[in-house]
Amino acid sequence: MTHDILLAGFGGQGILFAGKILAYSGLMDNKEVSWLPSYGPEMRGGTCNCSVCISDNEVASPLVNEPEILIAMNTPSLEKFVNSVKPGGTIVVDSTMVDATVERTDVNTYYIPATQLATDNDLPGGANIILLGKVFKETGIVSAETFKKAIEKVVPAKKAALAANNLKAVQIGMDYNG
Amino acid sequence: MERNLMKGNEALAEAAIRAGCKCFFGYPITPQTEISAYLAKRFKQAGGVFLQAESEIAAINMVLGAASTGVRAMTSSSSPGISLKSEGISYIAGSDLPCVIINVQRGGPGLGGIQPSQADYWQATKALGHGDFHLIVFAPNSVQEMVDTVTKAFDLADEYRMPAMILADGLLGQMMEPVTFPEVTAKEIEKPWAANGHGNKREHNIINSLFLQPDVLEKSVKDRFERYAEIKEKHSDAELYMTEDAEVVVTAYGATARVAKAAVNMAREQGIKAGLIRPITLWPFPVKQINEGAKNAHTIICAEMSMGQMVDDIKLAVNCSKPVEFFGRTGGVIPKPSEILDEIKKYAKGGNQ
Repeated sequence: MTHDILLAGFGGQGILFAGKILAYSGLMDNKEVSWLPSYGPEMRGGTCNCSVCISDNEVASPLVNEPEILIAMNTPSLEKFVNSVKPGGTIVVDSTMVDATVERTDVNTYYIPATQLATDNDLPGGANIILLGKVFKETGIVSAETFKKAIEKVVPAKKAALAANNLKAVQIGMDYNG
Repeated sequence: MERNLMKGNEALAEAAIRAGCKCFFGYPITPQTEISAYLAKRFKQAGGVFLQAESEIAAINMVLGAASTGVRAMTSSSSPGISLKSEGISYIAGSDLPCVIINVQRGGPGLGGIQPSQADYWQATKALGHGDFHLIVFAPNSVQEMVDTVTKAFDLADEYRMPAMILADGLLGQMMEPVTFPEVTAKEIEKPWAANGHGNKREHNIINSLFLQPDVLEKSVKDRFERYAEIKEKHSDAELYMTEDAEVVVTAYGATARVAKAAVNMAREQGIKAGLIRPITLWPFPVKQINEGAKNAHTIICAEMSMGQMVDDIKLAVNCSKPVEFFGRTGGVIPKPSEILDEIKKYAKGGNQ
């Protein structure tokens, strides 16, 4: 079983970090994983995306062309990748940042105002993790327990407050109904 | 052993430290700069020397100097930077010095682009500088294999007194994968030729690539080619995947081999007898393994991120006994599994048109 995930948005929204946490979550579950960023002049404001594969077997191509899960954090990213999502796949949209809607009916689309929720809960820059929480809830690819282990692995002990914020953010995403 | 996620470039750098590399000289260039950045941070603490040179040309000549003293030395760059190093690499080969050179390829020619490419195959395997010489060229396809290759590259470079290259690409350099660092036992190789301090206990050693007498130069080149013959015999390497009954075999190396493997898996799911031959060494070229892997195939497809630089080597390997077709993307475009699958299907149906 392989999960191909694409995360996309502006540079600075934490796309690569969210992808890294996702990949680490797979690692914590003893899966094979890969994480591949778009790189180059995309930093700070340009479009940015990241391919993550989580698999029971060796990951063949690490580049996700047809995602099973798409996380879109801005309108250009949604427009660019919406038609590449596999039929039956999942799209999670940050509806604070994206004013477009998904017209496809063969995919499951969830809208969550992640950026607004991050602001309301005093979690600046936490929209990416709130979106991950929504993905976990709707797809079950990663459990809350595994995510916690991944956060502990990635966030150094001396920055424990950041780990707590990430755990809070993922919970907000998991609890959101709408 | 604990698995950690690491970027390919950083894993290469860590592996070099563990392989006993003591000197790194480089100059930043996308997409390999993380190698320099990692070593700048870690190398001093690990007992090595990191130096950002004023140019690629300076860096490769510093490698020549360090290697002359017998220590393990390395440089890394990406395509345009490797071109700048080519003169120095020829001098290193002509001086019979060991070193490791990493090329995290990007699109070319010229300044090209910064996205992944395999368009330096000809340069790496045929003509990395003037004169009669070769480098040992490895083409790993995963972060773990890059780690494992670094030690092997240093060991073989020392054993045969020649430069070894790790030919990666932007995809392998930038991606993160789980990696473990096995306990390394770097080969302790005596280097009686090294130009280092000896307290006047012996004649001084001279490191040199200038031989004005044609017969002397000819002998030095021929001696080197005797070593090359031994390397060809002993050290060519390739992975064969589902080739036993394959009627169409894809040949691909590095990152492209991963895309090709995905395509082969898709073809198998559709009942097509497809297989993959993945050269792990590009020089020496794995001639025996290619013939073994293609023995039941009526068609070989060569897939690359270039305009087909490996095609002729495959044709020579199989002595043009069967058609070698080409599929490639270039300029920084990464092929999709579905594109390679389409190629496999084109030749699988109705046999060899």
